[in-house]
Amino acid sequence: MAATQVTGTPGEETAAQAAQTEGGTAPAEVDSAQEGHDRPLEAGEAVEEPQSFPVTVIVRRYDPEVDDEPRWVDYDVQMFATERILDALHRIKWEQDPSLAFRRSCAHGVCGSDAMRINGKNRLACKALVKDFDTSKPIYVEAIKGLPLEKDLIVNMEPFFDSFREIQPFLQASSKPEKERHQTIAQRERFDDTTKCILCAACTTSCPVFWTDGQYFGPAAIVNAHRFIFDSRDEASQVRLDILNDREGVWRCRTTFNCTDACPRGIQVTKAIAEVKQAMMTGVKL
Amino acid sequence: MSETSSSLTLPDPTPRKTTFSGTLYRGNEGMWSWVLHRITGVAIYFFLLVHVLDTALIRVSPEAYNAVMATYKNPVMGLGEVVLVGAVVLHAMNGLRIILVDAWPWATKHQRLLFWIVMGLVAALMLYFTPTHLINVFSPIEGGH
Repeated sequence: MAATQVTGTPGEETAAQAAQTEGGTAPAEVDSAQEGHDRPLEAGEAVEEPQSFPVTVIVRRYDPEVDDEPRWVDYDVQMFATERILDALHRIKWEQDPSLAFRRSCAHGVCGSDAMRINGKNRLACKALVKDFDTSKPIYVEAIKGLPLEKDLIVNMEPFFDSFREIQPFLQASSKPEKERHQTIAQRERFDDTTKCILCAACTTSCPVFWTDGQYFGPAAIVNAHRFIFDSRDEASQVRLDILNDREGVWRCRTTFNCTDACPRGIQVTKAIAEVKQAMMTGVKL
Repeated sequence: MSETSSSLTLPDPTPRKTTFSGTLYRGNEGMWSWVLHRITGVAIYFFLLVHVLDTALIRVSPEAYNAVMATYKNPVMGLGEVVLVGAVVLHAMNGLRIILVDAWPWATKHQRLLFWIVMGLVAALMLYFTPTHLINVFSPIEGGH
């Protein structure tokens, strides 16, 4: 933006020449100006348009009223490298097949609606960029595994939320403070990682134990229990530990680390589960 | 810019059906160590079942026991023993890794490194065991002829 102002004599200089004459005085401004189109273009300067390219997206479709079994259907879409898999699904739904069903809400990785299995890994469609995939091969998109499939990419999330509710994901404290409940930085830091959860179910449905044992609480429920177990303001840690010290609780975890890899928020899920296990053996260390 | 709207004019509006059947979840070292642990665990369980039964034969009659033991003394079973020892070593080493991952924060963080350490240890132990064992398996046959 500031390139023409910085050089002082913009004249016929191209941005590249401007960078040379300036030397090291203000390289940052020139660099950023070269990247975008947010500066006045010089006469005769070639503008590099981003090119779209065809991408094959193969979606596992399932219409309960028609299909007995889910079926793989492939679509060709024109994509830009900076676009997301969610954009590809939009393009399919809006331009090719309006019957395609999937969930999405904010489309910016916050609401946690569009977790799906993309090329065999659980990802948020709104955070999976086309440029991160090998587009010479098709991109496979299917619903997350282990929860009842309802239609196309939509699963019934109720069993997942049932487990979440069961671990009492709310602050429980008997005292009533004058203004607020104080906490040191270190005390807050203790459970910071697990406050990031957006309940997208990417972790729980990446877990091989959960696939075969739907009764298992699953990583997401344990993460949210961890968030309160290690909160110095909460008084019901032991209640939650007792709930999770169950046949279908934390001991079902086989440390495959699929959940840690799947988490779109970068939560160290398996580490959180291990900390809950350790809290059961040696007590809660805040 | 015209390319972006080209999907509107695709010649075939009905999507093609593919023969692709399914995807495998692409987990990392943690998932594959779990898979190996399961497979070796189940295999060792079935071996122990047979092993308890054939050892119990000695209570039935020593002759029957000896007869069964004699059928084991062939190269196929010798190779099978290599597989068995491999499964036990892998299960044991990975079991120690899982205990560490559960109980020790450092190990939780470095589970991927630990997986490859386990693999290295298993490979080293098997490289030590296999030649000695195979010499024992094959030498009586060669010596006998």
